[in-house]
Amino acid sequence: MIKVENLCIELPNFRLQNISLYVQKGEFFIFLGPTGAGKTLLLEAIAGMLPISSGCIKVNEKDITRLPPGRRGIGIMYQDYALFPHLTVLENIKFGLRYQKSKNKQSIQWIESLMEQLGISHIAQRFINNLSGGEKQRTALARALAVRPDLLLLDEPLSALDPCFREGIRNILKRLHRESGITFLMVTHNFTEALSLGTRTAILNNGVIEQIGTVSEIFRRPATPFVAEFVGMKNIFPATFKKTTATVNQIEINLESAPGAEKQYIAIRPEDIIIRNKQFSGNGMNIFQGKISSFTDHGPYCEVSAMVGNTALSAFLSKGELIAMDLAEKKDVYIAIRPSSIHTF
Amino acid sequence: MKTRMQIDPFFCLAVLSTVTVLLFILLPLIEMVVQPSLQDMKETIQDTDVFASIRLSIYTAGLAALISFIIGTPFAWLLARKTFWGKSFVESIIDLPIMIPHPVVGIAILGLAGRNHWFGQIIQNLGIQIMGTVTGIVIVLTFVGLPFYVNTVKTGFEAIPVRLENVSRSLGASGWATFLRVTFPLAWRSMLAGIIMCCARAISEFGAIVIVAYHPMLAPVMIYERFTAYGLKYSQPVAVWLILISLLLFVLLRIVSLPRRKEI
Repeated sequence: MIKVENLCIELPNFRLQNISLYVQKGEFFIFLGPTGAGKTLLLEAIAGMLPISSGCIKVNEKDITRLPPGRRGIGIMYQDYALFPHLTVLENIKFGLRYQKSKNKQSIQWIESLMEQLGISHIAQRFINNLSGGEKQRTALARALAVRPDLLLLDEPLSALDPCFREGIRNILKRLHRESGITFLMVTHNFTEALSLGTRTAILNNGVIEQIGTVSEIFRRPATPFVAEFVGMKNIFPATFKKTTATVNQIEINLESAPGAEKQYIAIRPEDIIIRNKQFSGNGMNIFQGKISSFTDHGPYCEVSAMVGNTALSAFLSKGELIAMDLAEKKDVYIAIRPSSIHTF
Repeated sequence: MKTRMQIDPFFCLAVLSTVTVLLFILLPLIEMVVQPSLQDMKETIQDTDVFASIRLSIYTAGLAALISFIIGTPFAWLLARKTFWGKSFVESIIDLPIMIPHPVVGIAILGLAGRNHWFGQIIQNLGIQIMGTVTGIVIVLTFVGLPFYVNTVKTGFEAIPVRLENVSRSLGASGWATFLRVTFPLAWRSMLAGIIMCCARAISEFGAIVIVAYHPMLAPVMIYERFTAYGLKYSQPVAVWLILISLLLFVLLRIVSLPRRKEI
C-alpha cells in the first residue's frame, strides 16, 4: 500500500534520517515515540506538506513524492483537529466532497452514515467554536474520512482528550478502521494506545526509526535499550555473556539459551520479577537475595525497588501481595526471575 | 468592610502616562474641530474647489488601497507562510517607504519618471504622465500606503494556523481553492484593516504629493494653500471636513468587519 524509502528531511534544527517502511493495505500502523521524535513531521512529509530532502514515497507502486497533497489520496487528522472555524460541522465534513470524482449521492449517504456512527448528526449546523473537545475530534475524523482516502494519517488523536473519553474514541477508531477498510497510520507517544489499536508499529527516536515490528514483538523483544525503556521494560542492564550465563555487575543470571555473539544487554519486564519474603525454591529459576529500597504507588499496583548487591531491580506487585507479605523498606527479600522472561539484545 | 490595597507607584505612573498621551492627541484635534462655526463649515463645503479636493483625496486613496490589495495580498501571504533566503531583507525593503522622508519619496519617483530617464521615456511614449496627474498621485499614495497594507495583512495571515491550509490541501483543494475557501474567509477582516490603514496613510500624505502633483489639488495640499494664503482660520474648516469624512468611512468599514455573533 504505502512504501517509504530512505526518506530524509533536513530542517534548521532537526533531521529525520533514512526512514524506510512499508504499510500494507488495511493495516493499523502506529508510529510510537516520545515528544520531539519527529512523528508529526513524518506524517506531514507523507501527506506532502513538507519538502523532503531525499528519498521517495510510493502508494500502490506509484511514486507520489512530487504530487501535491490533494492528489495523493492521503487524509490527515491533526492533534488540534484543525477544523475550519468559519464553517459549520456539516460544511467542515463536506469540504472535500467537491474535489472527489465519485458520485455525489453515494458520498452524501456515506457522510450521513459516518455522522450517525460518530454521533454528531445532531450538531451538524453548529459552528466549531461551540463544540466540546470530543465533538471536535469526531467532526475532524468525519471530515477526513468523508473523502474516503486510501490512507488516513492520525496525529495523536487521543492525547488531547479527557482520559474518560479516550476509551470511547479508541473503540470508534477501531470500528471505523475495520469497517471502512482504509489504511490507518497513527502517531502516538502512548504505548497502551499502540497495544490496543495497532497491528504493527515503528518506534521513532530523534528522527531515526529504532525498530519496526508487530506490537507484541516490540513489546516482548525490543531491539535497543531505548525501545526497551519505552515499552516499559524498566530493568535494562548491559551484560557480558558466557554460554547460557549473563553477568551483570558481578551477578550471574541463567538464561534459557545461549544468546548470539552480538548481544550486549539483558532486559526484564517488572511484572516478570517475583518477590517473596521467604526462601523458596523454583526449579531452574534465578533466585537472589536482596533488600527493598523503595516503593512507588501506582494505584492498582505498586512498583517495588529492590537492591541485589548494588544492582537495583524493579518489580510490580499488587497491593494485596504487598500486604500479605508485610513488605517494608529495608526488609530482606528473595527475588526470582524465570530464565524464559529474560530478554537479550 | 473592604480592605484597602496599597497603591503601586508604577501603576499610578502608568495611569498618569495614559492620561497624558490621550490629552496630547485629543486636545489639538478637539480644539480644531470646535473652532470653525457651522456657518464656516457650510460655506466651505459649498466651495466646489474644496469639495473636489476632498473627493479626489478619497478617490485616489481608495485606488491606492485597491492596488495594494491586489498586488499586496499574495505578497503578504508569501511573507507569512514561507521562509526563504533573504526574507528579512525583503521585509526591510517593504518598510522603506515608511522611513524615507516624504519629499524624498516624491523626488525619487519623479527622478525615475522624468524625461531624462530611459524609464520615464518609455512610460511617456506609452502616454503615461506622472507629473501633475491623478496617475502620479495614485502612484505616490500606493508607494507610501503599501507597507501598511502588507504588514497588517501579513500579521493576519500569520494568525491563521497553517494546519487549516494543510488540511484543505489534503482534502483535495488546490492552492487557489484553499486560499479562497479557507484563508480568505478567515483573513478578510485583516485585509479590511489593512485597507483602512493604507487609506489613512494615503489621505494624510502631503510631502511627496506637493512635489509630484501640486495640481490637481488634494485636500492636504488645499489645506496647506489656504493656510499660507489666508491663514489658520480659513484652513481649519477644510481640515475638519477631511477628518469627518475620513472618520465616517473608517467607522463604516469597521462596522462591516465586526464579527458575526454565531462565529464567536
